[in-house]
Amino acid sequence: MPSISKPVPAITPEMREFFDGARAGRLMVQKCGGCGMLRFPAYELCSKCNSTTSSWVPVSGRGEVFSFNIMHQVYHPAFAAEVPYAVVVVELEEGCKFVSNLIGVKPHEIKCGMPVEVMFEKLSDEVSIPKFRLRSAH
Amino acid sequence: MPSAKKRKNVTAMDLRAQCAIAGLGQTRMGKNFDHPGPVGFAAEAVNLALDDAGLARSDLDGLLVNPGITWFNNPMASYSLQQAMGLRNLRLTATMNLGGATAAAMVMHAAQSIAAGMADCVACVFADAPLRPPSPSKGKGEGSASAYGFAQGLNAHYGLFGVNSQYAFVAQRHMYRYGTTNDHLGAIAVAERAWANSNPEAQFFDTPMSIADYHASRWVVEPFHLYDCCLVSNGGLAVIVTSAERAKNLKRPPVYILGMAQGHPGGDPMETLVSGAPIAKTTAFKMAGISLSDVDFCEIYDCYTFTVLVTLEDYGFCKKGEGGPFVATGAIGPGGSLPVNTGGGQLSSFYMWGMTPVSEAIVQIRGDGGRRQVPKHEVGLVSGNGGILATHSTLVLGSHP
Repeated sequence: MPSISKPVPAITPEMREFFDGARAGRLMVQKCGGCGMLRFPAYELCSKCNSTTSSWVPVSGRGEVFSFNIMHQVYHPAFAAEVPYAVVVVELEEGCKFVSNLIGVKPHEIKCGMPVEVMFEKLSDEVSIPKFRLRSAH
Repeated sequence: MPSAKKRKNVTAMDLRAQCAIAGLGQTRMGKNFDHPGPVGFAAEAVNLALDDAGLARSDLDGLLVNPGITWFNNPMASYSLQQAMGLRNLRLTATMNLGGATAAAMVMHAAQSIAAGMADCVACVFADAPLRPPSPSKGKGEGSASAYGFAQGLNAHYGLFGVNSQYAFVAQRHMYRYGTTNDHLGAIAVAERAWANSNPEAQFFDTPMSIADYHASRWVVEPFHLYDCCLVSNGGLAVIVTSAERAKNLKRPPVYILGMAQGHPGGDPMETLVSGAPIAKTTAFKMAGISLSDVDFCEIYDCYTFTVLVTLEDYGFCKKGEGGPFVATGAIGPGGSLPVNTGGGQLSSFYMWGMTPVSEAIVQIRGDGGRRQVPKHEVGLVSGNGGILATHSTLVLGSHP
């Protein structure tokens, strides 16, 4: 265990249902009440139809690596022992994108288009967060 | 219809060559501590620009300010500078921020106001002072005084920090979609360095760089090496915009504003891989009455090598996705068919946001480029870019109205 832990996201009112879902092992995204477009993270209004109504819905958690980078600089002491590490952008089958980490793949073996699925990492009793791992493509 | 007739008199096209840049003021750049903060650099730059134009502070009736990171929390930076410089009775002022697209946007705002009779002589200035003097108690004493991004929440847990990392996502996607490589990005870094080696004011004037040096430079965030990323600089840069008529009677040859426009695409740059250049180009080129073949040289906003590649594609110098092979031909370096970032750009000369490309275009059009002077310099194309391909501004500058 590193002595300094990584930043733990705050459970804000806008994101509560996302964290409730994550604690129960479900990946939740926001669905626009006007046009049905999915989005993440939470926004007050839909960028497509500008509706301010929305609900949270579960999604498959399956997707592909849309893009990624490999971080070499240490911006926070908790990452000092991890550089270089990768941050990925996953595009879900349902269409919205997640910034996350890809577990079990070395940074330099990551490729755009890799099929991935969600998994959850428990940080505390309140906070679990989604990360991704490889899945076999069907 | 009378109202339609009236509108016809104020089309954007009528703004062609109504105004000109009459003065350029540049402080020392890079690791210099000539002023304790950015306001001092801004004031020095404005006074240098006035001297260059042969004007006095009392001639100014407009002041537009783009505060850099060390003072962009000041919501009335232009007023701070007005008071610091003792400017009185201004008719136009604003603190503007479109990120790296601000400099050209300030020139536009000035030119529009002057053409409309609402101001006559406007200073546009960028200044910043993120580097701190060496201090025995604080280690090396270098590096950016504050991060550009605000990492928090989920992204911080995943280790995503800073603007470099966001641009890296977009570049990586361009590589995946179009086959762009680090050799391509490196070609831009090497070309700009070669230009900087002929610019005594460039931070990398004395330091040549090969493609091998580029590849050997440390990774910042893959796919970006250190030399894919812009410099950090202390300094100030100002220009004086006035009417073309007035500029003709001032000290230096006028640099005419032939075309100007903005473009802000919105949406997800990882999806589009397109900047705002196509939107702005339509208006700016129509206003200037030019096509791409009329462009003698380019000063392209270069927070990263990748930004140059995308912007060249978006202006149409090559097809979308072919920016890599295009820059790999050597076209953009000294002696190439399309000189780009002829002072070394923000990668190799100095980082004054959008003022770096604006200032170098003025130097080239006046023929003041010395060893780096391009042979043809009647029409220069200047771009600004802010955010992650979020904001864009284009200027077409020329030596003749």
